[in-house]
Amino acid sequence: MSDAFLKADIRPSEGTVNKKAQPGPWRDAARSFAKNKTAVVGLCLVLFFVLLALLAPLIAPFDYKTQVLTDRLKPPSGEHWFGTDDLGRDLFSRVIYGARISLWVGLLSVVGSIVVGTLLGIIAGFYGKWVDMIISRLFDILLAFPGILLAIAIVAILGPSLQNALYAIAIVNIPTYGRLVRSRVLSLRQEEFITAARALGANDGRILFKHILPNSLTPIIVQGTLGVATAIIEAAGLGFLGLGAQPPDPEWGKMLSDSRQFIQTAPWTVIFPGLCILLTSLGFNLMGDGLRDTFDPKMKGR
Amino acid sequence: MTSYVFKRLLVLIPVLLGMTIIVFSIIHAIPGDPADTILGEKATEQSKQALRDQLGLDRPWLEQYFKYLGDLLTGDLGNSIRTRAPISEEIVPYLAATFELTAASMLFAVFFGVNAGIISAWKHNSWFDYICMLIALLGVSMPVFWLGLMEQWIFANELHWLPSSGRMNARDPMEAVTGFYVFDAIIQGQFGQLWTVMKHLVLPAIALGTIPMAVIARMTRSSMLEVMQLDYVRTARAKGLSQFAVVYRHALKNSFIPVLTVIGIQTGALLGGAVLTETIFAWPGVGRYIFEAISNRDYPVIQSGILIVAVIFVLINLLVDLLYVVFDPRIQYK
Repeated sequence: MSDAFLKADIRPSEGTVNKKAQPGPWRDAARSFAKNKTAVVGLCLVLFFVLLALLAPLIAPFDYKTQVLTDRLKPPSGEHWFGTDDLGRDLFSRVIYGARISLWVGLLSVVGSIVVGTLLGIIAGFYGKWVDMIISRLFDILLAFPGILLAIAIVAILGPSLQNALYAIAIVNIPTYGRLVRSRVLSLRQEEFITAARALGANDGRILFKHILPNSLTPIIVQGTLGVATAIIEAAGLGFLGLGAQPPDPEWGKMLSDSRQFIQTAPWTVIFPGLCILLTSLGFNLMGDGLRDTFDPKMKGR
Repeated sequence: MTSYVFKRLLVLIPVLLGMTIIVFSIIHAIPGDPADTILGEKATEQSKQALRDQLGLDRPWLEQYFKYLGDLLTGDLGNSIRTRAPISEEIVPYLAATFELTAASMLFAVFFGVNAGIISAWKHNSWFDYICMLIALLGVSMPVFWLGLMEQWIFANELHWLPSSGRMNARDPMEAVTGFYVFDAIIQGQFGQLWTVMKHLVLPAIALGTIPMAVIARMTRSSMLEVMQLDYVRTARAKGLSQFAVVYRHALKNSFIPVLTVIGIQTGALLGGAVLTETIFAWPGVGRYIFEAISNRDYPVIQSGILIVAVIFVLINLLVDLLYVVFDPRIQYK
């Protein structure tokens, strides 16, 4: 290691203010993450699909809605890289725009579950007693349903649409984060630094949001990353059943169910959307595993 | 043990009650008039009123709930709007089909998952280990409906090795005794039919079992790796036991608790995944029953179907909790 590198690491750069002067644990985590090969592969997959989604209008050679009925079910070629579907739409363009939908639903539903789950988990863990009992039983009840089935039930109430599928997936996954945060709060509450903060006159709100929440962040991040993979598959599953995105939205799951009858004559219409679901969720799974190894070295290699 | 079972059952009561409230709410949470949603806007006011009377939608909410609960306790799951048949009778053959499929999937998942996990841990960092973990990794991220479609395409449509859908050849229907076609064929001594039934089971069972298999393999491997380092395993080796006996008899038993937990959780995922798998393979199970009910807006069927599956899931988890004691007598329940 060169001298310059060491010095650069020790001295705080001039621009940093006191609050940002402690990048220690996060920088260590980033380094350990970067050493984890599979985790980096996951990150690359995720970044690839994020870029695809962001740059869709620039990359996609055709409009995802335009139907060219003379070009129905054309196999992959120089013009149509992934071929065309039964309405003569360019599959490559549809798959790229599909990344937008899947990532949007995956990320947003997880953020929703985390916000609500964290809030409930904190309240249950911090206030205990009957509040905890009610919230914990609520989690038990929600977890008593197989996830996708509960999501189907919720969509059956709200009516099939992409937005309702997103709500359903978010609701279904709330208990996962709620339980996580609750157990974290329960163990943190006993810690001395919380007692110290209380002795200094900090009120409940300050203790919760300044002390307990930041210390619960890493397991939430890990679970959230893995959760995006699950959410993307669940959203595609609802789309496949016709309970999520509606035509002409190029949602990957919906594309699969629309094309399955042509699987023998035009297998590409089914292969590519499915492959995208697999690779995106693989990316988030690898990244989540890597983050877990980084933040919780005891779990390494499991 | 007895008092533990009793307490465990007691905790179940609020959960089951909560589940009935959620399922009951399905029809009441529909925005607007449920009768409009079920029968469509064009239905006559007369038929809408008839439906409201049938479902008791005009009565107070609380009264409806208690009537619903009372009906459930007497085994009355309501009537299907579409076929008018009692759901508690109609659902039985669908349940049998789903049980057969999920049991086959779970057998597949546990057999291959546990063994792959054991051998991966045993031959740690070998090529077998790497390949198994790669497959497990892909399996965890696999959308079950896509795997099903790919299987159908390759093994049924292209290679013609296996039938692509259904439980049985339509020309050679099964005489249902128990509803489990595998047993029915054995009971009746129809071994030709048994072979056909088994062939129909292979593709959907593998599609549905792949995710649980992957999760089980990963869990078994990590749990075995931990146990294999313990002193008692070394002692067993030092005694001169064969490697096989050490791994399968001594190490496996103590690493099985976390695996068992995962198996319990995955069975729930399996029941959920059945909806998708059954749709793809035209498997006449509960998942398809519920899915068709959604298309037909047959809300009583949606409610009862979901409730039944959830209750089964809860019971499986109860069973798993009780099995812990069998595998690890040190666990003491207070």
